[in-house]
Amino acid sequence: MLRTLWVWIGIPLIMIGIASAIVIYSVNNPPDTIVARMLTYERIFRVIREHMGLLLVSMIGATIVGVAGGIMLSRPSLYRIGRVMETLVNIGQTVPSLAVLALFYTILGLGFRVAVFALFLYSILPILRNTFAGIDGVEHSIIEAARGMGMRPLRVLTKIELPIAFPIIVAGLRTAIVINVGAATLATFIGGGGLGDLIVTGLSVHRDMIIVNGAVIAAITAILLDYLIGKAEERVVRWS
Amino acid sequence: MIKLEGLTKVFKGHNIPAVKDLNLEVNEGDVCVLVGPSGCGKTTTMKMINRLYEPTGGKIYIRDEDVLQMDPIKLRLDIGYVIQEIGLFPHMTIYENIATVPNEKQWPKDQVKEKVDNVMSLVGLDPDVFKNRYPSALSGGQRQRVGVARAMVSDPSIMLMDEPFGAVDPITRARLQNEFLRIQERMDKTIVFVTHDIDEAIKMSDTIAVMKEGQLVQHATPSDLLSAPADEFVSNLVGRNRSIKRLHLIRISEILEDVDRAPAIKDDTKEEEVKKRLDESDLRTVIVVDRDNKLKGVVGVNDLKRKTGEVAGDYYQEVSDTVTDDATLNDALSVMLEIGEGYVAVVNEDEKYQGTITLGDLLNVVREES
Repeated sequence: MLRTLWVWIGIPLIMIGIASAIVIYSVNNPPDTIVARMLTYERIFRVIREHMGLLLVSMIGATIVGVAGGIMLSRPSLYRIGRVMETLVNIGQTVPSLAVLALFYTILGLGFRVAVFALFLYSILPILRNTFAGIDGVEHSIIEAARGMGMRPLRVLTKIELPIAFPIIVAGLRTAIVINVGAATLATFIGGGGLGDLIVTGLSVHRDMIIVNGAVIAAITAILLDYLIGKAEERVVRWS
Repeated sequence: MIKLEGLTKVFKGHNIPAVKDLNLEVNEGDVCVLVGPSGCGKTTTMKMINRLYEPTGGKIYIRDEDVLQMDPIKLRLDIGYVIQEIGLFPHMTIYENIATVPNEKQWPKDQVKEKVDNVMSLVGLDPDVFKNRYPSALSGGQRQRVGVARAMVSDPSIMLMDEPFGAVDPITRARLQNEFLRIQERMDKTIVFVTHDIDEAIKMSDTIAVMKEGQLVQHATPSDLLSAPADEFVSNLVGRNRSIKRLHLIRISEILEDVDRAPAIKDDTKEEEVKKRLDESDLRTVIVVDRDNKLKGVVGVNDLKRKTGEVAGDYYQEVSDTVTDDATLNDALSVMLEIGEGYVAVVNEDEKYQGTITLGDLLNVVREES
């Protein structure tokens, strides 16, 4: 009980506490008027809200599309395309996130929606790849036993393949989230807002304190989400 | 019960059929073992029976019903299926694994529970101990048991078994085989059993179907197969030492009653009496049991000289290994060679002493049979 409380509330509170301490200290002790003007609670909350918006919308979309796509590509009829896609996805992953954003800026223009769309596409990759690889990695004998005992293909998928692939799918989700939080700081370049605002502002006015605030909040968001999903997975997967 | 007519399977992209014009009939309650070298089509044949592979040609009948016209899902739900790799579901407990088919058939929960408990006890797994464990926490032999339990839980009248005891060590395999035969004696299921091991085939089968390059070479009882192999291929398969292979065919319980040997002595027998019995014994040893007829050990002439005491219980030494009465004569021979003695004590399931058989007894059997 005490351990559960510590895992689910204690550790997350410590992480949030560290970030809050830095923010509160910075806002209350600005070294000069420029920092005082640019680093306000109001502004910090706004960029956090924007950042979470970018993250949430793009991740929900990417999870749905990535998992569904991974499942479809793992079906026998599309399996060969799946293997090709796996390679293409791996290549796609090597394109820098800044380049992806820039590319969509030239096609679709500026704004929050364009940033979300670019992040969405970028986050699909690890989720799709892991879903496909996770299902593909289920031992053949397990599938054969399930089919031989009379399970319908859809039951084999939902009762056998997906649960066994679940840890790998979740690993893809975690990778996607960590990448997404980082890449979303670049959304500011195409007017998407987010924590990147603080970092870019800090850079342009040469005030490290503003940069540090943006960077620390982003980093702790990534670590915290990754941590929470990992712990949630441990609770669900009790068999390995 | 199961009838295959002109069964043929050609896999996509292959010119040579994996199974070619196969005719085979398996009677109700029989164990038919498909045996042959790898690639001979035995597994393919088996997988066509539950339509994991669709035949290219020919017919399959179960109880005169055309299998190819049936819904494959319904068909498979009513056929027990065990494979060598077992294919236990790693994310499900042993209970959930065994309950797979009843759950697919949507049986009521309490009925599933009762059946799973029953079948677990039947294969020798204590439900209270193993129910909530995951497959990763089980030994190879225990997993095989779960695999068999999972196939039997809904009481199918037909079972397909593809090298079900292939992935365990020889000693565990012999035990699982004996247990399975004991279960089969009571259940009387119709079983198609695939193996590449001719010894296993002889031991497990009512009839053996020898296959070669997709074709049936001979279908006969094990005894006929040993005495009248159809061609050189079959006689090579059964090998030269056929007399020894015959030992697979006979259970210890079958010869035990014909063996005339002095009974064991109780552990409170006086020294004088023990000496007398030792002199009479053709083995120069006597078996010692306790009041409940449980095997305690063995007393030899040297034990009387070396140790001091008043009753047999003071002299005996433990035996290193025994056989159960449902084991085959071949199992008995292996144990004798293993422990380096010319005899082995036979016990039943409850470790009660049943008798002793010797190398001489085995020799007599081989002489009579050939």
